Amino acid sequence: MTVGKDDVRKIAKLARLALDESRVEPMVGELNGIFQWVEQLNEVDVAGVPPLTSVVEQRLKMRDDVVTDGDAANALMANAPSGEDHFFVVPKVVE
Amino acid sequence: MTLPSKLTDFSLAEARDAVQAKKVSSKELTTAFVKAVADARPLNAFVTETPEKALEMAVASDVRIAHGNARPLEGLPLAIKDLFCTKGVKTTAGSKILGNFVPPYESTVSQNLWDAGAVMLGKTNMDEFAMGSSNETSHFGPVFNPWRARNSNANLVPGGSSGGSAAAVAGNLCLAATGTDTGGSIRQPAAVTGTVGIKPTYGRCSRFGIVAFASSLDQAGPMTRTVRDAALLLKHMASVDPKDSTSVDIPVPDYEATLEDGVKGLRVGIPKEYRIDNMPPEIEQLWQKGIEWLKAQGAQIVDVSLPHTKYALPTYYIVAPAEASSNLARYDGVRYGHRAAGAKDIVDLYERSRAEGFGKEVQRRILIGTYVLSSGYYDAYYSRAQKLRTLILRDFTEAYKTCDVLLTPATPGPAFGVGEKTADPVEMYLNDVFTVTVNLAGLPGIAVPAGLTANGLPLGLQLIGKAFDEATLFKAARAIEIAAGFTAKPTEWWRAA
Repeated sequence: MTVGKDDVRKIAKLARLALDESRVEPMVGELNGIFQWVEQLNEVDVAGVPPLTSVVEQRLKMRDDVVTDGDAANALMANAPSGEDHFFVVPKVVE
Repeated sequence: MTLPSKLTDFSLAEARDAVQAKKVSSKELTTAFVKAVADARPLNAFVTETPEKALEMAVASDVRIAHGNARPLEGLPLAIKDLFCTKGVKTTAGSKILGNFVPPYESTVSQNLWDAGAVMLGKTNMDEFAMGSSNETSHFGPVFNPWRARNSNANLVPGGSSGGSAAAVAGNLCLAATGTDTGGSIRQPAAVTGTVGIKPTYGRCSRFGIVAFASSLDQAGPMTRTVRDAALLLKHMASVDPKDSTSVDIPVPDYEATLEDGVKGLRVGIPKEYRIDNMPPEIEQLWQKGIEWLKAQGAQIVDVSLPHTKYALPTYYIVAPAEASSNLARYDGVRYGHRAAGAKDIVDLYERSRAEGFGKEVQRRILIGTYVLSSGYYDAYYSRAQKLRTLILRDFTEAYKTCDVLLTPATPGPAFGVGEKTADPVEMYLNDVFTVTVNLAGLPGIAVPAGLTANGLPLGLQLIGKAFDEATLFKAARAIEIAAGFTAKPTEWWRAA
């Protein structure tokens, strides 16, 4: 499988990464290089093989559905690039 | 026991014994390392130095020692990879996007170390978000390997992604350091800096508070100058943690207690698939030496096969970017981290904050991950890769029917030059050819210094163990350490730089 310029633009959009037009072409080359190398996985017959979902055999632990932490609004806001009264400030979302 | 004449030459275990016996104070020890860190700035091993905090912790440790209630790592200065969140101390993950991030919480692993009495010297440089094998993707510049080839002034990479930690340990800038390993990021830098590094079994250490890269592969581990030090440090890093549901509730043994038990009767598997094409003769010879060393100490050598080995790296380069693209979705310029100026709307804010905040390699992996997870490609790539992982794990399970540990080279070569492999991503990825299978299968692996190349650069051997059998790995690694008698140290060229 090979990717083209439109694919790169599309995945950049999906990934929410602004990709300068000048970088589209080189990225096509880099990604194709990597995908070509990954192609060798198609040699392996994986029919009937279950996907690995956990490397260690254990059931996912459950805990009680109770509040364990909280009331830390100041700490949560401390790293915000822009905030006001415990709200994160962003550009207008709804027109 | 004869102690080294310089405090910074102490091993972690020697320093522990000296501090507990009140032969040396934590303040003396910490002062010596604070100075070593400052003197070694040309290596660029640290992103953040915390000398005041270190001395404050050291003084508090000395009070505890005086009162007779010293803890196991009391007063011992360590360096922490900048991927571990440290409360109130900037944690960057080597990225511009977290360039000013000050965590309001502490990672479980680092908390465990402080609870055991350790002292923090600072945060070490690393590849951005741990994505790299040479420490050249850091936003804060490359780290230089303390080692240089004989009769050469060329700067070499320290490996990656835990390159700052490896350089700090190799250059005697700390007693030991923490690292993390997603595809080889502890073992590969350890091998090319002549230090010891272990990636424990997945689930042995809590991942809480470690900036996430690929959650099903990431594990924390120690980087040290001796095998004993690694055994000691891992004991105090590991824990089951309610904040990480994948941490495993299996008691952490006293690895140091069984360290010298020897390898008599131990079955050591030699996987034939690790004899790769174009393997440098020096690596091949070192591997052979390792086999002889273990045999001479009573181990039984067994030939084994891990038939899916060649698929491990390409599998990794689907699974890791896929998980990374999901994990890194959180960096949006809204709640923390870098925000682009003058965004016209919210999508523009996301797209430009991420484009400005992430470096080239991270962007490349986000794009790969987004592609392999996108509609129509999921089965062809991600699902197939997860099935390959099952086959890779089965290879190991099969091999462990006839052996207890595996012995392999740690890296395909010694440290290379800065800038030498940055042009071709696949060539860079090949550095992890011997280490990555272990992450995919969740198993423990340790790199031990084993020799020098003809031009004086360190090389390591790797031992791979059964899940949660780190104790056997330490024993076997100790046997290699004894036989190799690796005592070489880099010349401290950075002091004159």
